[in-house]
Amino acid sequence: MSTATAEVEVVEKKAEPLFSKKNKKLISNPLDIDNPITVQVLGVCSALAVTTQMKPAFVMSVGLMVVTASSNVVISMMRNSIPSRIRIIVQLAIVSLWVILVDQVLKAYVYDVSKQLSVFVGLIITNCIVMGRLEAFAMGNKPWPSFLDGIGNGLGYGLILMAVAFVRELFGGGSLFGFKVFEAMGLHYQGNGLLLLPAGACIIVGIIIWIQRTLNGFRESH
Amino acid sequence: MENLINIGIRSVFIDNMIFAYFLGMCSFLAISKKVKTAFGLGMAVIFVLGVTVPINWLIQNYVLNAGALAWLGDDFKNVDLNFLQFIIFICVIAAVVQLTEMAVEKFSPALYGTLGIFLPLIAVNCSILGGALFMVGRPYNLAEATVFGFGSGIGWMLAIVALAGVREKMKYSNVPAPLRGLGITFILVGLMSLGFLSFLGFSL
Repeated sequence: MSTATAEVEVVEKKAEPLFSKKNKKLISNPLDIDNPITVQVLGVCSALAVTTQMKPAFVMSVGLMVVTASSNVVISMMRNSIPSRIRIIVQLAIVSLWVILVDQVLKAYVYDVSKQLSVFVGLIITNCIVMGRLEAFAMGNKPWPSFLDGIGNGLGYGLILMAVAFVRELFGGGSLFGFKVFEAMGLHYQGNGLLLLPAGACIIVGIIIWIQRTLNGFRESH
Repeated sequence: MENLINIGIRSVFIDNMIFAYFLGMCSFLAISKKVKTAFGLGMAVIFVLGVTVPINWLIQNYVLNAGALAWLGDDFKNVDLNFLQFIIFICVIAAVVQLTEMAVEKFSPALYGTLGIFLPLIAVNCSILGGALFMVGRPYNLAEATVFGFGSGIGWMLAIVALAGVREKMKYSNVPAPLRGLGITFILVGLMSLGFLSFLGFSL
């Protein structure tokens, strides 16, 4: 787990504007150079499992963003009163509280998507993005930056999820958000089954990482 | 008995936690650089999965299910606590992990030296909670749930040791620079998962 953004900013001035340069960075960094999936390697499980179609991937990203941002805020407000020995279990309890809320809302309003996501809504609890951000950021920062950090990481996660789901649904099933793209253009398209398999998702993520690192120059020694 | 063996084989190979469901990927990718450490983490996962799945089965069937509290008396017949499932499961897992850590530290310091650092990590490994949630979705009894827990753990260990073996050899190959590290590992996992697909042909 990378803790690159974990510096504790103690010297914050009182009258700092809500969207100062530093706070904007909290949102824009996770989209590219500090992306939770491709750089920090967090939350990979769900990224591979829910991306066969755009719609569940979209619902999952929104759910994760809500959970990360809100538990970041709660933990950040409690950060000075949590004993460090039991902090993991306190964090898990708060995260699962939010996940239960998200789960119940999904069941009430988008029941079919909630069925499709099955155990993966529950698995947001152990999604390493949430835990990773709590440990690396919310434990040492004020509520507002923590909120932005949660939103930013949720967006970065959603970006990769949507990119993977776009390729998988378009070329695997010939549709986008359930809309048959190729048939609407009057073409016959035979879906590529490999992309719908879990293996296809892995290879697509690998290629996305390749493209991203070629563009931003990030290198990793073996 | 035959049924138990079937569930065991199915959870190790066909429904492999990594290659079929992609659960526990974070630690799978992070700790697969050396075979030795990968094996240590794998053993810890087997143990924790094998212990928590049966415990969670008992809780699900005697506490959480609708009407499961009937053994407390007639007043509790209509109680349905299913909405507490996530929070209770994760607490059980965190508690078992913490207890295991303390027990291992006390009784076998040598084992603690090899496993110790991995144990706290396991509480947030999605394959543990995933195992518990899959178990609820399938009509297992207690013995079957136990076999399923151990089987899934063995499958997970098999996968991480295999990947670590390949990655150790990979140091000697000439991978394009931007693809090095994480990128090539993802593609590798994809190819290994294709290999595991061949187990789908088994009918049990």
